[in-house]
Amino acid sequence: MKLSLGAMAEPGSTRVTKTGAWRTFVPQVDHEACIKCSLCEIYCPEACIHQVEGLFVPDLDYCKGCGVCANECPRNAIEMILEEK
Amino acid sequence: MADSSANAGPKLESMKVVEGSYALAHAVMCCSPDVVSAYPITPQTHIVEHLSKFVADGKMPSEFITVDSEFSALSALVGSSAAGARCYSATTSQGLALMFEVLYNVSGMRLPVVMTVANRALSAPLSIWNDHQDSMGARDSGWIQLYAESVQEAVDLTAVAYKIAEAEDILTPAMVCMDGFILTHVYEPVQLLDREIVNEFLPPYAPKIVLDPKNPKTFGAFVDPSMFTEYRYMQYQAQKRALLAIERADREFFEIFGRSYGGLLEVYRGDDAEIMLIAMGSVCGTIKDTIDELRSDGVKVGLIRIRSFRPFPVEAIRKALADASVVAVIEKDVTVGNEGALVSEIKAALYNSKVGIPVIGFVVGLGGRDVTVAGVKNVVSKALGVREGRMDHEFEFLSLREELL
Repeated sequence: MKLSLGAMAEPGSTRVTKTGAWRTFVPQVDHEACIKCSLCEIYCPEACIHQVEGLFVPDLDYCKGCGVCANECPRNAIEMILEEK
Repeated sequence: MADSSANAGPKLESMKVVEGSYALAHAVMCCSPDVVSAYPITPQTHIVEHLSKFVADGKMPSEFITVDSEFSALSALVGSSAAGARCYSATTSQGLALMFEVLYNVSGMRLPVVMTVANRALSAPLSIWNDHQDSMGARDSGWIQLYAESVQEAVDLTAVAYKIAEAEDILTPAMVCMDGFILTHVYEPVQLLDREIVNEFLPPYAPKIVLDPKNPKTFGAFVDPSMFTEYRYMQYQAQKRALLAIERADREFFEIFGRSYGGLLEVYRGDDAEIMLIAMGSVCGTIKDTIDELRSDGVKVGLIRIRSFRPFPVEAIRKALADASVVAVIEKDVTVGNEGALVSEIKAALYNSKVGIPVIGFVVGLGGRDVTVAGVKNVVSKALGVREGRMDHEFEFLSLREELL
């Protein structure tokens, strides 16, 4: 790959550039305790929590581990745990 | 690098006596920028007022964007230039300082914007008068920096700057620095440019990659640590190539307009000069007059006038100093905490070379103080002392008013 002049990028470059590796803590969702209020999906600053087959799941390709979802969850169904890499 | 005696200069009968700012604005008009965006600030104001009038009078088919600040002025040009427009701005001092982060965006995105800097001191204390502190503060921003001695040179450099900046292998923005008031507000005879002839010299700006809603792209996109260094290296290499491009543009300008200034630097009465002065900008006029006087008294003194501060012409400076005994740098800025920026760079240029001669530095003309023939003679006498082995000061503020301290 050769660099483009002036760091010019084609559209959709974030599909290629995954940014989840910046994360230190990772959210772990207790789907049994989840009441599907969707607050985590709404408050996620990366907009990377999505419903997958009815369950709220963080997309770890982009999740930065900020913990906003865990903080907002009214049932404390999300726990931030130190990620081992 | 020609001796300035080779410069025939314009013919008197075709010159007009105009204000420096008018001549400069007229030159910008002849370069046909698609977009002008600027915020008025003394002593740059007259330049953009004239441009605004040219546009309003229908003489200049440019988009003139009026903005709320210098930050916005240059930011508007980031988008315009990325969309393929030839862009112009002008500023000075506090305005240039307010542009600081945008300067890096323009150069990093490789947008060939040309901007006039009407050099002025930076506050505090508040001063509207001339020195070079403002553009010196932007020396690391990735822009090419060219310094004019006269109104005519500032006019000519405007067209030359576009030629260099827009070259496909350069694509780097350029500042044309002209001393505030001393050049912007002086009335002197100038050969105004002609739009038709400038068109001959300056081909239309036609970048290969542009911002286009039909074919969307991102400029200056996020880069992680694995590639950032390489982007800076590409800018570094482009400025190295600009060393040749500046020499080439000076020759091409001479072929069409009949005026040449020496390219990267001008050597004035350099033959057999033992004392070599180094300076930039309008103060070189006073220095040349002083040299003429001293030469008639038998003092072997010459001048290297740096025209291109970025890229810095290290090889040309070494060559021009090959036969000198002492260098005295005269500059209108100070890097508080060390010395003048130019004297530091001259020393650095000589350090790993065969030119092992003493270098002394002088700060002059801060905040608009006049630099006189007597002042320059004082510098030369100190340089003569260094040649005899007396270096009282390696660096000093010339003509400091001790009685006020």
